[in-house]
Amino acid sequence: MKHILKTTVAIGAMLVSTTAMAQTELSLWYHGAGSANAEEALVNQLVEDFNASQSDWNVVLETFPQLAYNDAVGAAALAGELPDILDVDGPIMPNWAWANYMQPLGIDEALIADFLPGTIGRWDGEVYSVGLWDAAVAIMTRRSTLEKYDIRVPTIAEPWTGDEFNAALEVIAASGDFDYPLDLGMAWTGEWYPYAFSPFLQSFGGDIVDRSTYQSAEGVLNGDEAIAFGEWWQGLFENNLAPGTSQDAAVRETGLLEGNYAMAWNGNWAALPVVEKFGDDALFLPAPDFGNGSTIGAASWQFGISGTSENSDGAREFIEFAIQQKYLSAFSDGTGLVPSTKAAAAETANYQPGGPLEVFFDLSEAQALVRPVTPGYVVSAKVFEKALSDIANGADVADTLDAAVDEINEDIERNSGYGH
Amino acid sequence: MATRIDQSNKAGWLMAGPGIFLMTAFIIVPFFLAFAFSLTNQRLASPNATEYVGFDNYRGLLGVAVFTLEPERDDAGEVVIDDDGEISYPRLRNFTRNNPDYPNLAGKREWFSWQWGDDRIVILAADVVFMKALINTFTFVFVVAPVQAAVALGLALLINQKMRGISIFRALYFMPVVVSIVVVSLLWRFIYAPGDGLLNNLLGFFSFGAFDPRDWLGNPNTALGSIMAMSIWQGVGFHMVIWLSGLQTISPTLYEAASIEGANKRQQFRYVTWPGLRNTAVLILIVITMQAFALFAQIDVMTNGGPLDSTQVLVFQAVERGYGKQDISGGSTISVLLFVIVLSISLIQRYLTREKN
Amino acid sequence: MAAINPDDQGLRLAVRYAVLCLVAVIFVFPLLFMVMSSLKPSAQLLLDTKSIRAFLPVGDISLDNYRAAFDRAPIGVFVLNSVLITGVTVLLTIFVCSLAGFAFVFLDWKGRGVIFSILLATLIIPYETIFIPLLLMASQLPWISTEGLEIGWLNSYRVQVVPFIADGLSIFLFVQFFRDLPRELIEASRVEGASWWAIYRRIVMPLSGPVIATAAILKFLFMYNQYLWPLMVVQDESIRPVMVGLGYFTDQLNVPWGEVMAYLTVITVPVLAFYLSLQKVFISSVASTGVKG
Repeated sequence: MKHILKTTVAIGAMLVSTTAMAQTELSLWYHGAGSANAEEALVNQLVEDFNASQSDWNVVLETFPQLAYNDAVGAAALAGELPDILDVDGPIMPNWAWANYMQPLGIDEALIADFLPGTIGRWDGEVYSVGLWDAAVAIMTRRSTLEKYDIRVPTIAEPWTGDEFNAALEVIAASGDFDYPLDLGMAWTGEWYPYAFSPFLQSFGGDIVDRSTYQSAEGVLNGDEAIAFGEWWQGLFENNLAPGTSQDAAVRETGLLEGNYAMAWNGNWAALPVVEKFGDDALFLPAPDFGNGSTIGAASWQFGISGTSENSDGAREFIEFAIQQKYLSAFSDGTGLVPSTKAAAAETANYQPGGPLEVFFDLSEAQALVRPVTPGYVVSAKVFEKALSDIANGADVADTLDAAVDEINEDIERNSGYGH
Repeated sequence: MATRIDQSNKAGWLMAGPGIFLMTAFIIVPFFLAFAFSLTNQRLASPNATEYVGFDNYRGLLGVAVFTLEPERDDAGEVVIDDDGEISYPRLRNFTRNNPDYPNLAGKREWFSWQWGDDRIVILAADVVFMKALINTFTFVFVVAPVQAAVALGLALLINQKMRGISIFRALYFMPVVVSIVVVSLLWRFIYAPGDGLLNNLLGFFSFGAFDPRDWLGNPNTALGSIMAMSIWQGVGFHMVIWLSGLQTISPTLYEAASIEGANKRQQFRYVTWPGLRNTAVLILIVITMQAFALFAQIDVMTNGGPLDSTQVLVFQAVERGYGKQDISGGSTISVLLFVIVLSISLIQRYLTREKN
Repeated sequence: MAAINPDDQGLRLAVRYAVLCLVAVIFVFPLLFMVMSSLKPSAQLLLDTKSIRAFLPVGDISLDNYRAAFDRAPIGVFVLNSVLITGVTVLLTIFVCSLAGFAFVFLDWKGRGVIFSILLATLIIPYETIFIPLLLMASQLPWISTEGLEIGWLNSYRVQVVPFIADGLSIFLFVQFFRDLPRELIEASRVEGASWWAIYRRIVMPLSGPVIATAAILKFLFMYNQYLWPLMVVQDESIRPVMVGLGYFTDQLNVPWGEVMAYLTVITVPVLAFYLSLQKVFISSVASTGVKG
């Protein structure tokens, strides 16, 4: 199969190019198969444009269903069959770099100088990956809802305090106008949990792992601040302020729009329908500040070069081609996500000054905190997700967090500290 | 004479060779590899070299400890009662974490406990999730095996009638067997959906609204049971057919003789049918048991081990650790333990059901 | 004995049929739900689950979900792959396992007893427990192809077929069946000087219809419905089987349930149709294992 593919590609390339130069094939793996949306079409377009723009390299694209993508890369690494160019989710990149799935990008730093910090993947002092966009999360609601219940509209400079936020939720719940005041998206199990909910933990003063050494989570994930977070978290579900782990995924999609929920904690990829439905009434608000500042997650999918690639020059050329401003804008317009530079944002429909989603760019710039930059993240993310789920279902907060800390610490130890 | 045996020898090895080779290469060798991995700290992807760790993985999974928790006492030595009227105990984490006086408790968590006078006896486990997976797997097997076998027998008796179109019913009852368990799991997620799910609606309809909708998969008390029901639904047709053929090999003359002697239907079943089905029963029970231990897809598609580990099972844990958390040695350890358990149960079953001459 | 009232008889029969139908509904309703839902748009299908409408073809009925599903994923490729992988494995299984079963039953060779016991013991090993070592192994196995020596079997057809060709259950089924064949036939042929291979081909196999059917059916169901292994070893879209293709639909943040139902129907209906058309053979061959076992 590969043989036939190579032959076809080679023949095709020869027919197209005016000179008889042999092209080297570059393989690119991308997540998102079956998404049937603009993103897939844009990646195809990007590949086509690159192939047409030069004659040394020919990029061949292979897509995977998103949830199976990381597993596919793992299995391919075992077989020594990694592609040349990899698409990698930001927080996973350190693990892949540590395991030698990826090599340093070797890109001219001037090209990425004004990129949002969350879009650059650094590990061990080197840049391994760079992304065309970042994702941001905000509280989505309607101005009319807040006005109805006499709730202050927070700003990035002055977000709600924890008490204000809790009070607002209780007022809305008491009115009985909605099924739940807040939708956290518990139906989206997987990476959403650590991405969307660790900022709350950080706002309380805790964290998934101690970032000064990355050797332990003791005191950070089960200290007083973390326990305070855990109890607040549990309270949301106990007091019916938010739907829990049994939430129907379909209702998550439409709940805010149909009036089931007053507020939704959701990402900018879901923002456009909200703008469409509510127009000027739509509000995208920063997260509450529980004492340690208001933060949101950062880092989405990024491109990098695989560790075993022999064509790193070509791969780097492709990535430098991909991060041109016009593509940053194009992807943003197509997916609704935050483009990596302010300049590109100015060219997009949504993020230009005065655009409906402009606030997400500001949120990302002001409040984004990447998830822990460590190869151990793969395990600690799963452990944290389970802890959140268990606490939401009523498990003892301190014991659950203790267990999570133990598991994370043990994993770090078994891996000799993960190279920190 | 010698050449005939030699010929037989060569032919035997030649014919059985491919099968033996394939099974050795793809089943036996990986199995021993799994055992070997369980004695190391092999990872799925790591720049660190693999080290031999002996039985550390097993200790980490199976370690247990017993501890007596004494109630808090005030200055007079009286037991402190908290606001709910319950005896107040110090938090277990004071003993298990950072407490040099109790090294054997370090890192363990409470598995379960009970009241003993004023004290609480606590059983701690090094890996509570594994223990829960163990218990859940056993629960699943020991409920599903007899229930599925019994339901299948009931269906077989129902089908074993000479009625027109009976083969249509037989075909319909068997149908779920050919459908993939993944497909079945996805469909039953709708049936079990909380609030307005199909099952809740059905029960509400039949009880004229008296029935409260339940969150079947989201409630730790009903999650495993729901998965059991679904698994039985899918597999029962297969065993119904095996029972059926067993039933049909019982000679009709035996039934005639019994009814001549005045036996009613129930006595006929007990003295004619049941003894005749003995062999079939043994086969069915053994097969269902082995299949039940391999429970995985339903958990992966429907509950991911939750809620609160109520549907955590051994194979799911093995895959999650080995593949999801990149800990091949941990996953392999669970696999080896699973094999030992299944082997023991099979041997016990064979012993209990052996032919008593 | 009192005279049997014909009305009683009719009533009893009606009751029996009613019970049979009720039980049949229990076994069929999820599949009916699947097919009906595949014809409805996602929003309606979710609403319909609240009532009996879930099982009725009402509302906005169309084949739109099927069109969209085929757009979203190369379903034809997946089905073809599954059929290819399943078909090849079944054929090879029958050949390899019947040969082995023949050797165990009719030939006398060194180590026969011990090896048979070991192979039987493997019946206890669930595949899921050896998948991870198998994965590591498969990533290092050599292969001679048109391009010379390749290392690693991952991401190919062979990794989805070869590990499953020989298994304890299939060999066991053949052994049980061959043991019950009339020995005189075999012995007579040996006396006439026929080779073991000829006996296998001309006498034993033609008589083995039932066991071949059973082994084939069991292996077919196992291979077609395989989920975990292809997920772990296959990355190329072009060789993905049907169950991995499911991820194209269910791995999305906003799952298109209408299309999911359409996909499930597409991958299930052929198996169901195949089963229903041959159900007498299916069921009788499964049943025959029970008697012999």
